[in-house]
Amino acid sequence: MDQFTINLLFVGASFALYIGIAVWARAGSTSEFYAAGRGVHPVTNGMATAADWMSAASFISMAGLIAFTGYDNSSFLMGWTGGYVLLALLLAPYLRKFGKFTVSEFIGDRFYSPTARLIAVICLIVASLTYVIGQMTGVGVAFGRFLEVSNTLGLLIGAVVVFAYAVFGGMKGVTYTQVAQYVVLITAYTIPAVFISLQVTGNPLPMFGLFSEHTASGQPLLERLDQIVDELGFNEYTVHHGDTLNMVLFTLSLMIGTAGLPHVIMRFFTVPRVADARWSAGWALVFIALLYLTAPAVGAMARLNITELMWPEGTDGQAVSVEQIADDPEYDWMATWQTTGLLGWEDKNGDGRIQYYNDADADMQARAEEEGWEGNELTNFNNDILVLANPEIANLPGWVIGLVAAGGIAAALSTAAGLLLAISSAVSHDLVKGRFKPDISEKGELLSARIAMAGSIVLASYLGLNPPGFAAETVALAFGIAAASIFPALMMGIFTKVNNHGAVAGMLTGLIVTLVYIFLHKGWLFVPDTNSFTDADPLLGTVKSTAFGAVGAMLNFIVAFTVSKMTTPIPQEVDDLVESVRVPKGAAAAAADH
Amino acid sequence: MALTEQEKESARAYWKTNVRIILISLVIWALVSFGFGILLRPMLAGISIGGTDLGFWFAQQGSILVFLALIFFYAWRMNKLDAEHGVGEE
Repeated sequence: MDQFTINLLFVGASFALYIGIAVWARAGSTSEFYAAGRGVHPVTNGMATAADWMSAASFISMAGLIAFTGYDNSSFLMGWTGGYVLLALLLAPYLRKFGKFTVSEFIGDRFYSPTARLIAVICLIVASLTYVIGQMTGVGVAFGRFLEVSNTLGLLIGAVVVFAYAVFGGMKGVTYTQVAQYVVLITAYTIPAVFISLQVTGNPLPMFGLFSEHTASGQPLLERLDQIVDELGFNEYTVHHGDTLNMVLFTLSLMIGTAGLPHVIMRFFTVPRVADARWSAGWALVFIALLYLTAPAVGAMARLNITELMWPEGTDGQAVSVEQIADDPEYDWMATWQTTGLLGWEDKNGDGRIQYYNDADADMQARAEEEGWEGNELTNFNNDILVLANPEIANLPGWVIGLVAAGGIAAALSTAAGLLLAISSAVSHDLVKGRFKPDISEKGELLSARIAMAGSIVLASYLGLNPPGFAAETVALAFGIAAASIFPALMMGIFTKVNNHGAVAGMLTGLIVTLVYIFLHKGWLFVPDTNSFTDADPLLGTVKSTAFGAVGAMLNFIVAFTVSKMTTPIPQEVDDLVESVRVPKGAAAAAADH
Repeated sequence: MALTEQEKESARAYWKTNVRIILISLVIWALVSFGFGILLRPMLAGISIGGTDLGFWFAQQGSILVFLALIFFYAWRMNKLDAEHGVGEE
């Protein structure tokens, strides 16, 4: 059986599973559609949250970003897990107690203001839609590569599948489908990592392998890696090279954004009790940590493998020859990925060998002159191919490659579905029912939710075909918006007595300032060449646009407190609402009222 | 749902304890990530672990493990506190 058939088989079987579950769990009433009838166990909910959370960015992209940058990209690891602490301590239990369906409903009731609710809905829709565009781009790349179809066709197939189970299944379908997706994606991520860890260090657990001895050299793995990349003029892997302030703000933005993203917060509406909401956040992080503890090992080991493949005699010997790349089966993956345009090499000096080194480094330039090299000849290595190409690089069997294909697709699809659900409930519940047509029937509300979902997938697929930027940049915008607008409003709603004017002014400030800062660096509405600054030389000191969400959030807090101090305090019934949200007692009653 | 004065008093004490537990947890949360993982890393440079230093371990793995412990500790502690103040659910 050739690799194409194997990939098709694995991806096809996983699809059949997800669609089967979605059909089996078809939603009936509105309550079931949104919150799975509030009957989801914390462990099940945690697993579904994990699948929802870990998108193409976590599965496909993150280990590659760490591999080629090293320590400085630890921000992704700390940021995307640390946000769960904020969720569990500051938001989840209270929002569950509040007992409504959506995040904006809480903001509207707590700040007794339809305007606040409307702004929250806009923030939610903008953040979720931007995020889903990135996912659809990922869906297109993964399908295109593994089904060997064009990027466009891959994206369209993916869109149809997401539509099928998200629209017809609702939350219950999504919850159980996502449990299945979690199992597929974590298996697909872990199996190749275990194989590679065994090959490189002899330790079957990648998270320990990372800190073990490199079998071939007898040195600790990370020491070996630092040495070998340093000898080629690259930054040492474990050393901090970037700007510290930017790293702190970027990590903080990812954390706050995690706690402010509506599709994750919504998960905590689906558990039976407040106590379960607390446990759910913990379980979600357990399942997320399984991947996040493995990812840095995957990155470091892949970087070492690739470097050694390019220098089979060691960094002071001869580089790999062009013939060996063409003939040796160990190098087959290079030809496979070359066809995608994401990997490229060129024998610039015509010596029949491919020298891979940092040609911007002064010491390496001296050596290049001596040896007659004319620049780095591994001309293109897209970070995003690392995880998908990893099993091929390590010469693992065909079924592992098929499994990774299915896992990458599961990661992208599950997040896209969760986001679509968040968007559809914001539109149908908050906009249509909450603002334009309060007397709408339950059937009509369900219909408008499905229309909203279909509409957003069409829009997201269209924008996914012509993405406003790289997927990672698009995702960073989503985090920035959520961090600067939603999270502060929710937190102040629970922990302070900030009033309606304060919340509205705060959210608007956070949203607008963050959007403007991002557009200034990435182009207005992402139109190329309309930017006035670049992330290499940002407007404010060293703060890149990806890290600005944390600044936007601080401005939100400051403006909200100031405005609130100068205007009328909150009325008694809202004061009572805040007091009641703070204690778990009566959560079942709050849910039944609805 | 209106609460009696006594229930309100108990709820206030409960909330004060909750906020204290949250603050302590968040100090630890910031210490392991922004502290040990980034800002205080140079101070931990002398402690080596598997070919690198302790700060690197905290940035890539240690902080995640501490986050997990914090969330489970909080859930356990708060569920206990709910019962002590009689504000939990059945």
